[in-house]
Amino acid sequence: MQITDDTLEDSQLMTINFGPTHPATHGTLHLIARLDGERIRDAEPIIGYLHRGKEKMGEHLKYNQYLTMTDRMNYLSPALNNVGWCLAVEKLMGITPPPRARWVETIACEMARIMDHMVCNGINAFDVGAGTVFFYMFQQREVLTDIFEKMTGARLTITWPRVGGLPYDLPADFKDDVRKFLKGFYPIVDECEKLLKNNRIFLDRTVGVGAISKERAISYGYTGPCLRACGVSYDLRKREPYLCYDQVDFDVPTGEHGDCYDRFFVRMEEARQSARIIEQCLEKMPDEGPVAVDDYRVILPPKEKVYKEMEAMIFHFKLVIDGVKPPPGEVYQGLEAGNGELGFYIVSDGSGKPYRVKVRSPCYYIYSSYTEIIRGLMISDVVAVLGSLNIIAGELDR
Amino acid sequence: MITQRPRLSLWQNLYLPEILRGMWITIRHMIRFKQVTCEYPEKPHAVPANFRGLHRLIQRPGGKERCVACELCLTACPANCISMVAADPGDPSVEKYPLRYEIDTLRCIYCGFCEEACPCDAIELTPHYEFASHRREDFMYTKDRLLDNNRFVPEGERVSKVQTNETYLRV
Ligand code: SF4
Ligand code: SF4
Repeated sequence: MQITDDTLEDSQLMTINFGPTHPATHGTLHLIARLDGERIRDAEPIIGYLHRGKEKMGEHLKYNQYLTMTDRMNYLSPALNNVGWCLAVEKLMGITPPPRARWVETIACEMARIMDHMVCNGINAFDVGAGTVFFYMFQQREVLTDIFEKMTGARLTITWPRVGGLPYDLPADFKDDVRKFLKGFYPIVDECEKLLKNNRIFLDRTVGVGAISKERAISYGYTGPCLRACGVSYDLRKREPYLCYDQVDFDVPTGEHGDCYDRFFVRMEEARQSARIIEQCLEKMPDEGPVAVDDYRVILPPKEKVYKEMEAMIFHFKLVIDGVKPPPGEVYQGLEAGNGELGFYIVSDGSGKPYRVKVRSPCYYIYSSYTEIIRGLMISDVVAVLGSLNIIAGELDR
Repeated sequence: MITQRPRLSLWQNLYLPEILRGMWITIRHMIRFKQVTCEYPEKPHAVPANFRGLHRLIQRPGGKERCVACELCLTACPANCISMVAADPGDPSVEKYPLRYEIDTLRCIYCGFCEEACPCDAIELTPHYEFASHRREDFMYTKDRLLDNNRFVPEGERVSKVQTNETYLRV
């Protein structure tokens, strides 16, 4: 090998492995970084450690069974993924769940968004050295997990709702629980914001760190809070309203500089707006009424009927054995998940299982810009940027 | 709405007063709010009745299982963790019964699709969740062990949301 100035300089770079199992990589992410002193000269993210073949598995599972897979995609906000999947299948089948189901799903979506942002921001603050905020935020998330637990029977892998509506009605004290949560939530968000907004350490660690320009963000395919932090007011809830978002009033917070600081406070404000949406939903939601479509080819008949009526019994057996059967066709449905646009593309051949499933996970597009963002930063900023982009390996690799 | 970027005053830049202010919030939390963690092994986390934990096979009054070996739970299971062998019990009032019925709880993902699919309320997920063990065999729940799991639910009660409380089945 010929020795040139370049190779000499290169040989002084140090290569380090970050991950795949590192407490600060949320999930299993692998990064090979070339360091010049403490600065990142170049980095290569390697993905696929949490690849479970979820898209392929979709071809072997019935439409409702696939909910168990979407549960485990973005595991910080399972309700959002599940609702997204159900919306896609419902669009393919051309059915609309009754209003009560849609309102409840809207509330569940916003609760899941708060859960996602609380974890993301809490951990981000923790990564840059503000441990207290982490605990206050997790406390709030805990209350929400308890509500989900009461509602669905599980804390994280909720497998709820179903194609065509909800499998069962809400618990009687659901509204009270959510109201109680909201009452405690606002002061905590304000307090966490107060703790960090003018905190010099936090500012030093986040302002100008991991910034990306509007144009670059759009060309990378950013969506969600990370794009909004760059100053683009793009939100699917406003742009292509699904569920009940056209009937509630909320703002879309944006940032200016697209750095960690903006992303943090965009998420904070979004959580607050989510709470506002939940409040309105609780007001407008009908208290009575069906929670699922009245079609036994989509939703299981109630058990009483299965016992008493021959027809319901046959529908029950047919639905469990064959699953819901959308007509042949293709559909794409996106929804505003915690990290951005989560889209499901389904090709159906008319049978009970999808012919092909494609998931557009927001993390994948955001993570593709990671090298560009961290180039030239300090090694300690790697974690801060990773946390603030909210890369969830489960969703990234699927 | 655009997030605003603060311009720090000298006072805030001095750092020490800010630390004291932060400490004040922490101390206030310590005094004002009650404990939120639970001391787990001593005081287990209380779960709602419809929590999806360990399975049980519900019994008929005579102590036999209600299951009629229709294999719907097995079809609905996304994790393929239920296995069963059906047989004729030789009892004119029951057509079919599971000779063997086994759930591999290491594979199970506690989705609750089995209880939803069961047409005669024979299987249910109980709120019991502490069944860790060192041995693999302990997680293979055979029919007898699943019937034994009835002790986790008060007699005559149903905990699942998708099931009825009434008995329509011939005994
Ligand atoms: S809970 Fe789900 S995974 Fe477990 S046995 Fe029932 S259907 Fe299968
Ligand atoms: S669905 Fe119910 S009755 Fe049928 S085999 Fe399973 S447990 Fe037995």
